[in-house]
Amino acid sequence: MGVIQIISYISVIVAIVAMAAKALRYIKAPVHFRWELYPVPHERGRADYGGSYLEELDWWTKERHSDIFREIKEMFQEIVLLKGVFHHNRRVWTSSFPFHFGLYLTIGWLLLLLLGAILQAAGVEISSGASFIGALIHYLTIICGYAGFILAGLGAFGLLTWRLTDPKQRPYNSPSDYFNLVFFDVVIAVALISHLTLDSGFVAMRGYVQSLIMFTSFSSPGTIFSLELLIMSLLIMYIPLTRMSHFVAKYFLYHSVRWNDEPNFKGSKLEKHIMKMLGNRVSWSAPHIQKGQPWSEVVKEMKDDSETD
Amino acid sequence: MTQKQTKIKDLSNNKDQLHVIEPRELPKFPYPYDDWEDPPFPEVSEAKKATKDTSLDGVLNVPVPIPETEEEKEKLVAKFLEGLRKLLSVEDNWMFLKPLMLSLENCVKCNTCAEACPMYEMSGHAEIYKPLFRSDTLRRIINKYLKPGGKLTSKFTGSDIDLNWETIARLAQMSYRCTLCRRCAQTCPMGVDNGLLAREIRKVFSQELGIVASELHEDGTVKQLKVGSSTGISPTALMDIFEFMEEDITDRTGLNIKMPFDKSGADILLVHNAGEFLSWPENAEAFAIIFEAAGLSWTLSSDLVGYDSVNYGLFYEDVQLARVTLRHAEIAKKLGVKKVVMAECGHAHKAAMAIGDRVWVDEANIPRESSLVTLEQIVMNDMIKLDPERNQFPVTLHDPCNVTRSMGIIQPQRRVIKKICPQFREMTPHGVSNYCCGGGSGFAIMQSNNFPNWRNLISGRKKFDQILRAFTREEYENKVNKYVCAPCSNCKGQIRDLLTYYDAWERAQILYGGLVELIVNAMTDVPEGFIEWELH
Repeated sequence: MGVIQIISYISVIVAIVAMAAKALRYIKAPVHFRWELYPVPHERGRADYGGSYLEELDWWTKERHSDIFREIKEMFQEIVLLKGVFHHNRRVWTSSFPFHFGLYLTIGWLLLLLLGAILQAAGVEISSGASFIGALIHYLTIICGYAGFILAGLGAFGLLTWRLTDPKQRPYNSPSDYFNLVFFDVVIAVALISHLTLDSGFVAMRGYVQSLIMFTSFSSPGTIFSLELLIMSLLIMYIPLTRMSHFVAKYFLYHSVRWNDEPNFKGSKLEKHIMKMLGNRVSWSAPHIQKGQPWSEVVKEMKDDSETD
Repeated sequence: MTQKQTKIKDLSNNKDQLHVIEPRELPKFPYPYDDWEDPPFPEVSEAKKATKDTSLDGVLNVPVPIPETEEEKEKLVAKFLEGLRKLLSVEDNWMFLKPLMLSLENCVKCNTCAEACPMYEMSGHAEIYKPLFRSDTLRRIINKYLKPGGKLTSKFTGSDIDLNWETIARLAQMSYRCTLCRRCAQTCPMGVDNGLLAREIRKVFSQELGIVASELHEDGTVKQLKVGSSTGISPTALMDIFEFMEEDITDRTGLNIKMPFDKSGADILLVHNAGEFLSWPENAEAFAIIFEAAGLSWTLSSDLVGYDSVNYGLFYEDVQLARVTLRHAEIAKKLGVKKVVMAECGHAHKAAMAIGDRVWVDEANIPRESSLVTLEQIVMNDMIKLDPERNQFPVTLHDPCNVTRSMGIIQPQRRVIKKICPQFREMTPHGVSNYCCGGGSGFAIMQSNNFPNWRNLISGRKKFDQILRAFTREEYENKVNKYVCAPCSNCKGQIRDLLTYYDAWERAQILYGGLVELIVNAMTDVPEGFIEWELH
């Protein structure tokens, strides 16, 4: 097994562990006070104008009507089309949309490579002249690969240009922001050169993925291809360790906070969580707070002035 | 802008005042204020400047004492960092930890939030009022000083900030230059909430360092819990007020209404912002007239805190927030009412209904409802007789942020107003996209130093601009009386100040008031002219 293959294994493991750890932190975070922000898309019949079930008389006696399809539609528009950026920051959207859409296609390319490698290992031929499935995977891989590289590359370049040239933006950029975008463009440029010169149909790349899943050796068709494998592995490992892994958090920002309008009813599971948290001891030091007491006691009454530290 | 663009590093490196407010640089108003010239911005007195930090923008509302010795400076920094550690701990901040972590860790710094912020826009794009400027200061401090290896990676990750007492004092001031309206959060593609971060900064200062605007704490929640109301109204004084209101109702309408209070087993406990009793008693009177005419079973409370729905804890910390709202819950439980109805006060709605939803637990979990919903039922079901022709004047509606953006109560007030006001027109934008009145997050009650000038000049500027644009040139030229309906006490306080500052009653015949006043003004069982066309 080659060094690059080992790096690829490490990168996939690091990426999965880092993303899982990030998600787990948010999942494990305690129940919080309501802080939703309207419009909330699952409010059936009200989402268009930003209404909520609180508009109903005696709302606690009524059945709540959640519109899951509307929520999925909103999520789709937000994830795929970057609806929010489109409406509120068109300048950024012109680069951000191709960048993100290119990344989605690139992820699709990776999954198609994996699928192709599995089928290939099972004896199915993947090529233009193969069976329908084999040919379909062959062509989809090519379309997703090149379209993804080009869109993501142009998008990253556009974002880099925006960060470098917009005087309002520059004070908030960090060296890592520039580095990340340059890193993307370098990886994409190397990948394009590698495939246009050595592996235009991604046959060697599929072979490499097959070697990874079969734990077999792999013979690189050339130096540029090896370089592509190396830096792409590093990028896969690097992304989850940076702010670029915001896609993990976005789910929680929307579903756990912005759209979380779950009411608390007497005896509910939610109420049990809250009661449990009230047992936490407070260590805030301001004079009006009884330091060391549990929240359930602290909120009952104000600390007397005479007890002031 | 003629001023040099302020950078975050200036917070710690630049000893001069970072931003100077130049009224000439602020955006202009439309007709009939196209020739308006703002007066020079007043400075804080030299005596105050000597003891309290004003180095952000020369404005003083949260009093951060200037440390005198090196030891005091170091202590301030250490204590602030200690507060930040608590802010990030489950034990001390479970109630907001998840939203806080998510907003701290996932901003992509695209500045989309900037253009949504009325403060940034109407200050002539002053950098220090940009939502990202404030939140990124907090983010950089946490990343550099609290995260493992933060100092080592700070230059690369953009967390390069020096932490000294000036940084901390200016961060405190910055957290009080945001009305927590959350308009910025609405436009954030990631869902990051800069309004939440501003409140979390205020929380550290209050719960750890004891630094907080006195109008919110000592004269706010502390007074409310001790005396009964942040206005200073005690239960005894309340009886006199009820008596006055009963007489006033009779004088205005000829009706004899006895203000019901502490009626056990009533269907509804109605809770007003006690500011109404002092500044706008006609609002509380109008509620009584409507509820009596509709035949509702309702009561007020004369119990300590029970007659004041105000909860300024919402604006600066969780301890006082919980203490006040739990007091409301206990009173509702004691009276055995079926529900608590929040009168026209936006932040009280949010404190009791949205935040309170996860505080009023167990036996204290008494249902709560917006009065806008209760009123809608009364008006739309013809439970009272109304003649819209009595409201034959231009009316526009202000949307309180806490009721609309934070709670999604949009249509009930519109259905009412459309039924009773033939000349109703919306502001642009409105509903969930509204602009804050400029008095949000407690600003409306902060009357000390030069803060009211800042509030009228900058934080309320967008709302005044919106109000002006809601009416036509013809209506201005014909000197038609115009009404801004603001169903929220704090918003009314701010709009009153704006109309006074800009002389808008004399100059443009613009008056303000609540929703219930419009309803009673249209009631045929009441003599015409409940709304008195004079600014107060």
